[in-house]
Amino acid sequence: MLITTSAVELQGIQKTFRSPAGPVRAVRGVDVAIRPGEVVALLGPNGAGKSTTIDVMLGLTKPDAGTATLFGLSPADAIAQGKVGGMLQVGSLLRDLSVRELVTVFASLYPAPLPVDDVLQLVGIERLAGRRTQKLSGGETQRVRFALALVTNPDLLVLDEPTAAMDVEGRHEFWETVRAFAQRGKTVLFATHYLEEADLNADRAVLMARGRVVVDGPTTEIKARVGTRIIRATLPAADPDTLATLPGVTSADTRGEGIVLRCTDSDAAIRALLERFPRARDIEISGAGFEEAFLELTRAEDDDEEAA
Amino acid sequence: MTSTTYMRFELIRVLRNRRFFILSIGFPLVLFFLIAGPNRHVHSLGGSGIDAPLYFMIGLTAFGTMNSVISGGARIALDRTVGWTRQLRLTPLSPLSYLATKVLVAYLTALITIVVLAIAGSTLGVHLSAGTWLGTIGLLLIGLLPFAAMGILYGHLLGSDSLGPAVGGTTALLAFLGGTWFPITNGTLSDIAQALPSYWLTQASRFASGGPAWSALGWGVTAAWTVLLGTAAAWAYRRDTQRA
Repeated sequence: MLITTSAVELQGIQKTFRSPAGPVRAVRGVDVAIRPGEVVALLGPNGAGKSTTIDVMLGLTKPDAGTATLFGLSPADAIAQGKVGGMLQVGSLLRDLSVRELVTVFASLYPAPLPVDDVLQLVGIERLAGRRTQKLSGGETQRVRFALALVTNPDLLVLDEPTAAMDVEGRHEFWETVRAFAQRGKTVLFATHYLEEADLNADRAVLMARGRVVVDGPTTEIKARVGTRIIRATLPAADPDTLATLPGVTSADTRGEGIVLRCTDSDAAIRALLERFPRARDIEISGAGFEEAFLELTRAEDDDEEAA
Repeated sequence: MTSTTYMRFELIRVLRNRRFFILSIGFPLVLFFLIAGPNRHVHSLGGSGIDAPLYFMIGLTAFGTMNSVISGGARIALDRTVGWTRQLRLTPLSPLSYLATKVLVAYLTALITIVVLAIAGSTLGVHLSAGTWLGTIGLLLIGLLPFAAMGILYGHLLGSDSLGPAVGGTTALLAFLGGTWFPITNGTLSDIAQALPSYWLTQASRFASGGPAWSALGWGVTAAWTVLLGTAAAWAYRRDTQRA
Protein backbone atom coordinates (compact mmCIF):
# COMPACT_ATOMS: atom_id res chain seq x y z
CA MET A 1 0.00 0.00 0.00
CA LEU A 2 1.19 3.45 -0.85
CA ILE A 3 -1.10 5.23 1.53
CA THR A 4 0.22 5.08 5.03
CA THR A 5 -1.97 5.73 8.03
CA SER A 6 -0.96 8.73 10.07
CA ALA A 7 0.70 7.97 13.39
CA VAL A 8 -1.28 10.83 14.88
CA GLU A 9 -4.31 12.55 13.41
CA LEU A 10 -6.05 15.36 15.28
CA GLN A 11 -9.05 16.97 13.63
CA GLY A 12 -10.85 20.02 14.91
CA ILE A 13 -9.98 19.44 18.57
CA GLN A 14 -11.67 21.85 20.96
CA LYS A 15 -11.64 21.81 24.74
CA THR A 16 -12.99 24.31 27.23
CA PHE A 17 -12.45 24.00 30.97
CA ARG A 18 -14.67 25.49 33.62
CA SER A 19 -12.87 27.69 36.12
CA PRO A 20 -14.02 30.01 38.91
CA ALA A 21 -13.13 32.95 36.65
CA GLY A 22 -15.32 31.58 33.83
CA PRO A 23 -14.70 29.16 30.99
CA VAL A 24 -11.13 28.76 29.75
CA ARG A 25 -10.86 27.82 26.08
CA ALA A 26 -7.71 25.71 26.36
CA VAL A 27 -7.80 24.31 22.82
CA ARG A 28 -9.73 26.05 20.04
CA GLY A 29 -9.71 23.94 16.92
CA VAL A 30 -6.43 22.09 16.46
CA ASP A 31 -5.66 20.01 13.36
CA VAL A 32 -2.39 18.11 13.26
CA ALA A 33 -1.30 15.06 11.29
CA ILE A 34 1.98 13.28 12.01
CA ARG A 35 3.44 10.64 9.69
CA PRO A 36 5.02 7.49 11.11
CA GLY A 37 8.73 8.06 11.74
CA GLU A 38 8.45 11.82 12.16
CA VAL A 39 9.92 13.64 15.15
CA VAL A 40 7.64 16.56 15.92
CA ALA A 41 7.94 19.27 18.53
CA LEU A 42 4.80 20.78 19.99
CA LEU A 43 6.05 24.22 20.78
CA GLY A 44 4.52 27.08 22.67
CA PRO A 45 4.53 29.13 25.85
CA ASN A 46 2.86 27.98 29.07
CA GLY A 47 -0.90 27.98 28.72
CA ALA A 48 -0.76 27.50 24.95
CA GLY A 49 -2.82 24.32 25.17
CA LYS A 50 0.02 21.85 24.58
CA SER A 51 -0.73 19.59 27.55
CA THR A 52 -4.47 19.58 26.87
CA THR A 53 -3.79 18.67 23.23
CA ILE A 54 -1.57 15.81 24.39
CA ASP A 55 -4.17 14.65 26.92
CA VAL A 56 -6.82 14.55 24.19
CA MET A 57 -4.44 12.72 21.88
CA LEU A 58 -3.83 10.08 24.56
CA GLY A 59 -7.49 9.73 25.47
CA LEU A 60 -6.91 11.14 28.95
CA THR A 61 -9.28 14.04 28.29
CA LYS A 62 -12.43 13.97 26.21
CA PRO A 63 -12.55 16.83 23.70
CA ASP A 64 -15.69 18.98 23.39
CA ALA A 65 -15.37 18.64 19.63
CA GLY A 66 -13.10 16.92 17.14
CA THR A 67 -11.50 13.50 16.87
CA ALA A 68 -8.13 12.01 17.69
CA THR A 69 -6.78 8.83 16.11
CA LEU A 70 -3.47 7.06 16.59
CA PHE A 71 -2.41 4.72 13.77
CA GLY A 72 -6.02 4.81 12.56
CA LEU A 73 -7.31 3.62 15.94
CA SER A 74 -9.01 5.38 18.79
CA PRO A 75 -6.48 6.42 21.46
CA ALA A 76 -7.91 3.78 23.84
CA ASP A 77 -7.47 0.98 21.29
CA ALA A 78 -3.96 2.09 20.32
CA ILE A 79 -3.01 2.16 24.00
CA ALA A 80 -4.60 -1.25 24.63
CA GLN A 81 -2.41 -2.65 21.84
CA GLY A 82 0.69 -1.21 23.49
CA LYS A 83 1.51 1.17 20.63
CA VAL A 84 1.93 4.24 22.82
CA GLY A 85 4.53 5.15 25.42
CA GLY A 86 4.37 8.37 27.30
CA MET A 87 6.15 10.55 29.74
CA LEU A 88 3.61 12.90 31.24
CA GLN A 89 4.42 16.25 32.76
CA VAL A 90 3.48 15.34 36.31
CA GLY A 91 3.68 12.09 38.18
CA SER A 92 6.08 10.45 40.53
CA LEU A 93 7.03 6.80 40.82
CA LEU A 94 5.54 3.89 42.73
CA ARG A 95 7.13 3.57 46.16
CA ASP A 96 8.57 0.46 47.74
CA LEU A 97 10.08 -0.90 44.53
CA SER A 98 13.62 -0.65 43.22
CA VAL A 99 14.24 1.13 39.92
CA ARG A 100 14.90 -2.19 38.15
CA GLU A 101 11.74 -3.72 39.61
CA LEU A 102 9.61 -0.78 38.55
CA VAL A 103 10.96 -0.82 35.00
CA THR A 104 10.42 -4.61 34.90
CA VAL A 105 6.79 -4.29 36.01
CA PHE A 106 6.16 -1.65 33.42
CA ALA A 107 7.77 -3.70 30.66
CA SER A 108 5.59 -6.68 31.61
CA LEU A 109 2.47 -4.75 30.65
CA TYR A 110 3.52 -4.42 26.98
CA PRO A 111 3.53 -6.94 24.14
CA ALA A 112 7.07 -6.29 22.84
CA PRO A 113 9.16 -4.48 25.47
CA LEU A 114 12.88 -3.77 25.22
CA PRO A 115 15.25 -5.67 27.54
CA VAL A 116 15.21 -3.93 30.93
CA ASP A 117 19.00 -3.88 31.37
CA ASP A 118 19.50 -2.36 27.92
CA VAL A 119 17.11 0.45 28.76
CA LEU A 120 18.69 1.13 32.16
CA GLN A 121 22.03 1.44 30.40
CA LEU A 122 20.64 3.54 27.57
CA VAL A 123 19.15 6.05 29.99
CA GLY A 124 22.28 5.94 32.17
CA ILE A 125 20.68 4.67 35.36
CA GLU A 126 22.34 1.23 35.78
CA ARG A 127 23.94 2.43 39.01
CA LEU A 128 20.49 3.31 40.37
CA ALA A 129 18.97 -0.07 39.46
CA GLY A 130 18.87 -1.37 43.04
CA ARG A 131 17.73 1.84 44.66
CA ARG A 132 14.19 2.29 46.00
CA THR A 133 12.26 4.80 43.91
CA GLN A 134 11.41 7.02 46.89
CA LYS A 135 15.13 7.69 47.42
CA LEU A 136 15.80 9.31 44.04
CA SER A 137 16.50 12.98 43.33
CA GLY A 138 14.28 14.98 40.98
CA GLY A 139 16.61 14.53 38.02
CA GLU A 140 17.02 10.79 38.70
CA THR A 141 13.25 10.38 38.93
CA GLN A 142 12.90 12.08 35.56
CA ARG A 143 15.37 9.63 34.03
CA VAL A 144 13.51 6.67 35.47
CA ARG A 145 10.29 8.03 34.03
CA PHE A 146 12.00 8.24 30.67
CA ALA A 147 13.18 4.63 31.08
CA LEU A 148 9.56 3.62 31.73
CA ALA A 149 8.43 5.28 28.50
CA LEU A 150 11.27 3.75 26.51
CA VAL A 151 11.13 0.16 27.81
CA THR A 152 7.61 -0.21 26.43
CA ASN A 153 9.15 0.04 22.94
CA PRO A 154 6.19 2.03 21.60
CA ASP A 155 5.53 3.01 17.98
CA LEU A 156 4.60 6.46 19.23
CA LEU A 157 6.57 8.07 22.04
CA VAL A 158 4.93 11.11 23.63
CA LEU A 159 6.99 13.34 25.91
CA ASP A 160 5.34 16.26 27.69
CA GLU A 161 8.04 18.81 28.61
CA PRO A 162 10.44 15.99 29.41
CA THR A 163 13.53 18.03 30.25
CA ALA A 164 11.92 20.41 32.74
CA ALA A 165 13.77 18.96 35.76
CA MET A 166 17.06 18.08 33.98
CA ASP A 167 20.42 19.78 34.10
CA VAL A 168 22.28 20.74 30.92
CA GLU A 169 24.26 17.51 30.68
CA GLY A 170 21.14 15.46 31.42
CA ARG A 171 19.31 17.21 28.61
CA HIS A 172 22.07 16.50 26.14
CA GLU A 173 22.10 12.77 26.91
CA PHE A 174 18.33 12.66 26.94
CA TRP A 175 17.97 14.06 23.43
CA GLU A 176 20.73 11.83 22.12
CA THR A 177 18.73 8.82 23.34
CA VAL A 178 15.48 10.15 21.88
CA ARG A 179 17.12 10.69 18.49
CA ALA A 180 18.57 7.17 18.54
CA PHE A 181 15.13 5.81 19.35
CA ALA A 182 13.56 7.80 16.50
CA GLN A 183 16.10 6.41 14.06
CA ARG A 184 14.50 3.00 14.50
CA GLY A 185 11.49 4.32 12.59
CA LYS A 186 9.56 5.38 15.67
CA THR A 187 7.31 8.41 15.84
CA VAL A 188 8.15 10.92 18.54
CA LEU A 189 6.09 13.88 19.68
CA PHE A 190 7.42 16.14 22.39
CA ALA A 191 6.11 19.31 23.98
CA THR A 192 8.51 22.04 24.90
CA HIS A 193 8.63 25.76 25.37
CA TYR A 194 12.21 26.05 24.17
CA LEU A 195 12.55 26.80 20.47
CA GLU A 196 16.14 25.64 20.69
CA GLU A 197 15.08 22.16 21.78
CA ALA A 198 12.63 21.96 18.92
CA ASP A 199 15.19 23.25 16.47
CA LEU A 200 17.89 20.77 17.47
CA ASN A 201 15.76 17.68 17.91
CA ALA A 202 12.67 17.81 15.72
CA ASP A 203 12.08 17.46 11.98
CA ARG A 204 9.12 19.72 12.29
CA ALA A 205 7.54 21.99 14.83
CA VAL A 206 3.94 22.75 15.54
CA LEU A 207 3.78 26.12 17.21
CA MET A 208 0.79 26.58 19.46
CA ALA A 209 -0.36 29.67 21.29
CA ARG A 210 -3.64 30.42 23.01
CA GLY A 211 -5.14 27.11 22.04
CA ARG A 212 -4.40 27.31 18.32
CA VAL A 213 -1.75 26.14 15.89
CA VAL A 214 0.04 29.27 14.74
CA VAL A 215 2.74 27.74 12.55
CA ASP A 216 3.19 24.14 11.43
CA GLY A 217 6.35 23.41 9.50
CA PRO A 218 10.10 23.11 9.64
CA THR A 219 11.66 24.94 12.59
CA THR A 220 13.29 27.39 10.16
CA GLU A 221 9.83 28.64 9.27
CA ILE A 222 9.06 29.34 12.90
CA LYS A 223 12.35 31.12 13.35
CA ALA A 224 11.50 33.31 10.38
CA ARG A 225 8.18 34.21 11.96
CA VAL A 226 9.36 34.96 15.47
CA GLY A 227 13.00 35.95 14.87
CA THR A 228 15.90 34.49 16.77
CA ARG A 229 17.80 37.60 17.92
CA ILE A 230 16.98 41.04 19.16
CA ILE A 231 19.09 44.12 18.48
CA ARG A 232 18.66 47.02 20.85
CA ALA A 233 20.33 50.37 20.23
CA THR A 234 19.98 54.06 20.86
CA LEU A 235 19.06 55.96 17.70
CA PRO A 236 17.10 59.22 18.18
CA ALA A 237 14.30 60.06 15.71
CA ALA A 238 14.42 56.72 13.90
CA ASP A 239 11.49 55.61 11.75
CA PRO A 240 10.33 52.06 12.61
CA ASP A 241 8.97 51.44 9.10
CA THR A 242 12.38 52.16 7.57
CA LEU A 243 14.14 50.01 10.16
CA ALA A 244 11.80 47.09 9.45
CA THR A 245 12.97 47.03 5.80
CA LEU A 246 16.61 46.38 6.79
CA PRO A 247 17.89 42.96 5.70
CA GLY A 248 17.43 40.21 8.31
CA VAL A 249 14.88 42.24 10.32
CA THR A 250 11.33 40.93 10.82
CA SER A 251 9.93 43.78 12.90
CA ALA A 252 11.06 47.05 14.44
CA ASP A 253 9.88 49.17 17.32
CA THR A 254 10.97 52.47 18.80
CA ARG A 255 10.88 53.21 22.50
CA GLY A 256 11.80 56.84 23.08
CA GLU A 257 15.30 57.17 21.69
CA GLY A 258 15.78 53.41 21.72
CA ILE A 259 15.08 50.96 18.90
CA VAL A 260 14.28 47.26 19.11
CA LEU A 261 14.81 45.09 16.02
CA ARG A 262 13.58 41.50 15.94
CA CYS A 263 15.85 39.61 13.54
CA THR A 264 16.14 36.35 11.68
CA ASP A 265 19.71 37.23 10.65
CA SER A 266 21.24 39.57 13.19
CA ASP A 267 24.62 39.61 11.38
CA ALA A 268 23.11 41.05 8.21
CA ALA A 269 20.89 43.35 10.22
CA ILE A 270 23.68 44.88 12.31
CA ARG A 271 25.85 45.53 9.24
CA ALA A 272 22.97 47.21 7.42
CA LEU A 273 22.01 49.20 10.51
CA LEU A 274 25.50 50.63 10.98
CA GLU A 275 25.88 51.40 7.30
CA ARG A 276 22.56 53.26 7.06
CA PHE A 277 22.59 54.76 10.58
CA PRO A 278 26.20 55.28 11.72
CA ARG A 279 24.91 57.27 14.70
CA ALA A 280 23.39 54.16 16.30
CA ARG A 281 25.06 53.49 19.66
CA ASP A 282 24.77 51.42 22.86
CA ILE A 283 24.20 48.39 20.63
CA GLU A 284 23.16 45.17 22.30
CA ILE A 285 22.36 41.86 20.59
CA SER A 286 20.54 39.18 22.55
CA GLY A 287 18.56 35.97 22.08
CA ALA A 288 14.89 36.58 21.45
CA GLY A 289 12.39 36.04 24.24
CA PHE A 290 10.21 33.49 22.53
CA GLU A 291 7.50 33.60 25.12
CA GLU A 292 6.96 37.23 24.22
CA ALA A 293 7.19 36.53 20.50
CA PHE A 294 4.65 33.71 20.70
CA LEU A 295 2.20 35.92 22.48
CA GLU A 296 2.66 38.66 19.91
CA LEU A 297 1.94 36.22 17.10
CA THR A 298 -1.32 35.10 18.66
CA ARG A 299 -2.40 38.51 19.79
CA ALA A 300 -2.42 39.43 16.11
CA GLU A 301 -4.64 36.39 15.38
CA ASP A 302 -7.08 37.30 18.12
CA ASP A 303 -7.36 40.84 16.82
CA ASP A 304 -8.16 39.43 13.38
CA GLU A 305 -10.87 37.25 14.84
CA GLU A 306 -12.44 40.04 16.84
CA ALA A 307 -12.35 42.42 13.88
CA ALA A 308 -13.99 39.85 11.61
CA MET B 1 -4.47 -7.76 29.74
CA THR B 2 -3.63 -9.04 33.18
CA SER B 3 -0.07 -9.42 34.24
CA THR B 4 1.23 -11.85 36.82
CA THR B 5 4.41 -9.79 37.03
CA TYR B 6 2.33 -6.75 37.90
CA MET B 7 0.52 -8.68 40.62
CA ARG B 8 3.73 -10.13 42.03
CA PHE B 9 5.29 -6.70 42.43
CA GLU B 10 2.10 -5.25 43.89
CA LEU B 11 2.30 -7.96 46.55
CA ILE B 12 5.97 -7.20 47.14
CA ARG B 13 5.12 -3.52 47.61
CA VAL B 14 2.59 -4.33 50.32
CA LEU B 15 4.95 -6.72 52.07
CA ARG B 16 7.65 -4.02 52.13
CA ASN B 17 5.25 -1.62 53.79
CA ARG B 18 5.91 -1.38 57.51
CA ARG B 19 2.43 -0.12 58.25
CA PHE B 20 0.94 -3.30 56.78
CA PHE B 21 3.00 -5.49 59.09
CA ILE B 22 2.19 -3.50 62.16
CA LEU B 23 -1.56 -3.22 61.65
CA SER B 24 -2.38 -6.43 59.80
CA ILE B 25 -0.02 -8.88 61.48
CA GLY B 26 1.97 -7.50 64.42
CA PHE B 27 -0.88 -5.79 66.23
CA PRO B 28 -3.39 -8.71 66.03
CA LEU B 29 -0.65 -11.16 66.98
CA VAL B 30 0.47 -9.26 70.07
CA LEU B 31 -3.11 -8.58 71.15
CA PHE B 32 -3.98 -12.23 70.70
CA PHE B 33 -1.33 -13.33 73.17
CA LEU B 34 -2.11 -10.44 75.53
CA ILE B 35 -5.84 -11.15 75.66
CA ALA B 36 -6.10 -14.89 74.99
CA GLY B 37 -2.98 -15.84 76.95
CA PRO B 38 -4.33 -15.12 80.46
CA ASN B 39 -7.70 -16.61 79.45
CA ARG B 40 -6.40 -19.69 77.70
CA HIS B 41 -8.34 -22.08 80.00
CA VAL B 42 -11.66 -20.21 79.78
CA HIS B 43 -14.37 -22.26 78.13
CA SER B 44 -17.47 -20.54 76.83
CA LEU B 45 -16.07 -17.00 76.83
CA GLY B 46 -18.67 -14.57 78.19
CA GLY B 47 -21.41 -17.15 77.73
CA SER B 48 -20.70 -17.47 74.00
CA GLY B 49 -20.11 -21.22 74.21
CA ILE B 50 -16.74 -20.75 72.49
CA ASP B 51 -13.31 -21.37 74.09
CA ALA B 52 -11.42 -18.11 74.69
CA PRO B 53 -8.31 -18.92 72.56
CA LEU B 54 -10.47 -19.89 69.58
CA TYR B 55 -12.75 -16.88 70.01
CA PHE B 56 -9.86 -14.42 70.16
CA MET B 57 -7.94 -16.18 67.39
CA ILE B 58 -10.83 -15.62 64.97
CA GLY B 59 -11.65 -12.21 66.46
CA LEU B 60 -8.15 -10.88 65.94
CA THR B 61 -7.90 -12.57 62.55
CA ALA B 62 -11.03 -10.61 61.66
CA PHE B 63 -9.39 -7.42 62.92
CA GLY B 64 -6.15 -8.01 61.00
CA THR B 65 -7.78 -9.14 57.75
CA MET B 66 -10.27 -6.26 57.83
CA ASN B 67 -7.31 -3.94 57.92
CA SER B 68 -5.50 -5.81 55.08
CA VAL B 69 -8.51 -5.86 52.83
CA ILE B 70 -9.67 -2.27 53.41
CA SER B 71 -6.16 -0.88 53.04
CA GLY B 72 -5.62 -3.06 49.95
CA GLY B 73 -8.23 -1.12 48.02
CA ALA B 74 -7.46 2.13 49.76
CA ARG B 75 -3.92 1.94 48.38
CA ILE B 76 -5.48 3.07 45.09
CA ALA B 77 -5.51 6.53 46.70
CA LEU B 78 -1.71 6.41 47.01
CA ASP B 79 -1.33 5.56 43.31
CA ARG B 80 -3.84 8.25 42.41
CA THR B 81 -2.25 11.07 44.35
CA VAL B 82 1.20 10.51 42.85
CA GLY B 83 -0.22 10.45 39.32
CA TRP B 84 0.49 6.76 38.87
CA THR B 85 -3.04 5.75 37.83
CA ARG B 86 -2.77 8.36 35.08
CA GLN B 87 0.51 6.85 33.94
CA LEU B 88 -1.08 3.40 33.98
CA ARG B 89 -3.81 4.63 31.69
CA LEU B 90 -1.19 4.90 28.94
CA THR B 91 -0.46 1.18 29.31
CA PRO B 92 -2.42 -1.83 28.03
CA LEU B 93 -3.35 -2.68 31.63
CA SER B 94 -7.10 -2.05 31.79
CA PRO B 95 -8.59 -0.18 34.76
CA LEU B 96 -10.56 -3.30 35.62
CA SER B 97 -7.42 -5.50 35.72
CA TYR B 98 -5.77 -2.88 37.86
CA LEU B 99 -8.69 -3.04 40.29
CA ALA B 100 -8.82 -6.85 40.24
CA THR B 101 -5.10 -6.96 41.04
CA LYS B 102 -5.59 -4.67 44.03
CA VAL B 103 -8.39 -6.86 45.41
CA LEU B 104 -6.53 -10.14 44.79
CA VAL B 105 -3.41 -8.81 46.46
CA ALA B 106 -5.52 -7.61 49.41
CA TYR B 107 -6.95 -11.12 49.77
CA LEU B 108 -3.49 -12.71 49.53
CA THR B 109 -2.28 -10.51 52.35
CA ALA B 110 -5.39 -11.44 54.36
CA LEU B 111 -4.40 -15.10 53.95
CA ILE B 112 -1.03 -14.29 55.48
CA THR B 113 -2.77 -12.87 58.56
CA ILE B 114 -4.99 -15.96 58.76
CA VAL B 115 -2.01 -18.32 58.64
CA VAL B 116 -0.03 -16.33 61.21
CA LEU B 117 -2.95 -16.22 63.66
CA ALA B 118 -3.67 -19.92 63.08
CA ILE B 119 -0.13 -20.77 64.12
CA ALA B 120 -0.42 -18.45 67.12
CA GLY B 121 -3.72 -20.13 68.03
CA SER B 122 -2.19 -23.60 67.92
CA THR B 123 0.38 -22.54 70.53
CA LEU B 124 -2.52 -21.80 72.91
CA GLY B 125 -4.19 -25.12 72.20
CA VAL B 126 -6.53 -24.34 69.31
CA HIS B 127 -6.77 -27.42 67.13
CA LEU B 128 -9.22 -27.62 64.24
CA SER B 129 -9.72 -30.37 61.67
CA ALA B 130 -8.71 -29.58 58.08
CA GLY B 131 -12.37 -29.50 57.06
CA THR B 132 -13.27 -27.04 59.82
CA TRP B 133 -10.32 -24.85 58.89
CA LEU B 134 -11.35 -24.78 55.24
CA GLY B 135 -14.92 -23.88 56.16
CA THR B 136 -13.77 -21.19 58.57
CA ILE B 137 -11.38 -19.66 56.04
CA GLY B 138 -14.17 -19.76 53.46
CA LEU B 139 -16.49 -17.86 55.80
CA LEU B 140 -13.76 -15.33 56.58
CA LEU B 141 -13.06 -14.71 52.90
CA ILE B 142 -16.75 -14.23 52.13
CA GLY B 143 -17.19 -12.08 55.23
CA LEU B 144 -14.37 -9.83 53.97
CA LEU B 145 -16.17 -8.94 50.71
CA PRO B 146 -17.89 -5.80 52.10
CA PHE B 147 -14.52 -4.60 53.40
CA ALA B 148 -12.86 -5.12 50.02
CA ALA B 149 -15.57 -2.94 48.47
CA MET B 150 -15.11 -0.37 51.23
CA GLY B 151 -11.39 -0.28 50.47
CA ILE B 152 -12.01 0.47 46.79
CA LEU B 153 -14.47 3.19 47.77
CA TYR B 154 -11.89 4.76 50.09
CA GLY B 155 -9.23 4.42 47.40
CA HIS B 156 -11.24 6.54 45.00
CA LEU B 157 -12.65 9.07 47.46
CA LEU B 158 -9.82 9.79 49.89
CA GLY B 159 -6.53 11.60 49.56
CA SER B 160 -3.34 9.92 50.74
CA ASP B 161 -3.29 12.09 53.88
CA SER B 162 -6.67 11.01 55.25
CA LEU B 163 -6.12 7.39 54.29
CA GLY B 164 -4.37 6.15 57.44
CA PRO B 165 -6.85 7.64 59.93
CA ALA B 166 -9.85 6.56 57.83
CA VAL B 167 -8.74 2.95 57.46
CA GLY B 168 -7.47 2.66 61.03
CA GLY B 169 -10.55 4.34 62.50
CA THR B 170 -13.03 2.28 60.50
CA THR B 171 -11.26 -0.96 61.35
CA ALA B 172 -11.06 -0.17 65.07
CA LEU B 173 -14.69 0.92 65.33
CA LEU B 174 -16.12 -1.96 63.33
CA ALA B 175 -13.89 -4.45 65.12
CA PHE B 176 -15.03 -3.15 68.50
CA LEU B 177 -18.75 -3.14 67.57
CA GLY B 178 -18.36 -6.50 65.84
CA GLY B 179 -17.19 -8.24 69.01
CA THR B 180 -13.53 -8.71 68.18
CA TRP B 181 -12.39 -7.85 71.69
CA PHE B 182 -15.17 -9.58 73.63
CA PRO B 183 -18.35 -11.45 72.71
CA ILE B 184 -21.43 -9.28 72.30
CA THR B 185 -24.31 -11.50 73.32
CA ASN B 186 -27.21 -9.27 74.33
CA GLY B 187 -28.60 -5.75 74.69
CA THR B 188 -28.74 -2.81 72.29
CA LEU B 189 -25.08 -3.32 71.41
CA SER B 190 -25.95 -6.78 70.20
CA ASP B 191 -28.74 -5.43 67.98
CA ILE B 192 -26.35 -2.92 66.45
CA ALA B 193 -23.62 -5.52 66.12
CA GLN B 194 -25.80 -7.94 64.21
CA ALA B 195 -26.40 -5.35 61.50
CA LEU B 196 -22.64 -4.96 60.92
CA PRO B 197 -20.48 -7.06 58.59
CA SER B 198 -17.66 -7.18 61.16
CA TYR B 199 -19.93 -9.05 63.62
CA TRP B 200 -20.51 -11.86 61.14
CA LEU B 201 -16.85 -11.95 60.20
CA THR B 202 -16.06 -12.54 63.87
CA GLN B 203 -18.90 -15.06 64.10
CA ALA B 204 -16.89 -17.44 61.91
CA SER B 205 -15.59 -18.58 65.29
CA ARG B 206 -18.97 -20.19 65.97
CA PHE B 207 -18.54 -22.45 62.97
CA ALA B 208 -14.92 -23.11 63.96
CA SER B 209 -16.06 -24.33 67.38
CA GLY B 210 -18.36 -26.91 65.80
CA GLY B 211 -21.52 -24.83 65.49
CA PRO B 212 -23.50 -23.97 62.36
CA ALA B 213 -22.31 -21.46 59.78
CA TRP B 214 -24.00 -18.06 59.66
CA SER B 215 -27.73 -17.71 60.22
CA ALA B 216 -29.92 -16.36 57.43
CA LEU B 217 -29.49 -12.95 59.04
CA GLY B 218 -25.71 -13.34 58.80
CA TRP B 219 -25.81 -14.14 55.09
CA GLY B 220 -28.34 -11.37 54.52
CA VAL B 221 -26.33 -8.69 56.34
CA THR B 222 -23.10 -9.69 54.60
CA ALA B 223 -24.80 -9.70 51.19
CA ALA B 224 -26.53 -6.37 51.83
CA TRP B 225 -23.30 -4.62 52.86
CA THR B 226 -21.48 -6.15 49.89
CA VAL B 227 -24.10 -4.85 47.46
CA LEU B 228 -24.31 -1.44 49.12
CA LEU B 229 -20.57 -0.83 49.36
CA GLY B 230 -19.95 -2.57 46.03
CA THR B 231 -22.37 -0.20 44.29
CA ALA B 232 -20.77 2.82 45.92
CA ALA B 233 -17.31 1.54 45.00
CA ALA B 234 -18.38 0.95 41.38
CA TRP B 235 -19.73 4.50 41.23
CA ALA B 236 -16.50 5.94 42.64
CA TYR B 237 -14.42 3.80 40.30
CA ARG B 238 -16.36 4.92 37.23
CA ARG B 239 -16.22 8.54 38.30
CA ASP B 240 -12.44 8.27 38.46
CA THR B 241 -11.73 6.21 35.36
CA GLN B 242 -14.24 7.47 32.82
CA ARG B 243 -13.30 11.09 32.92
CA ALA B 244 -12.04 10.75 29.38
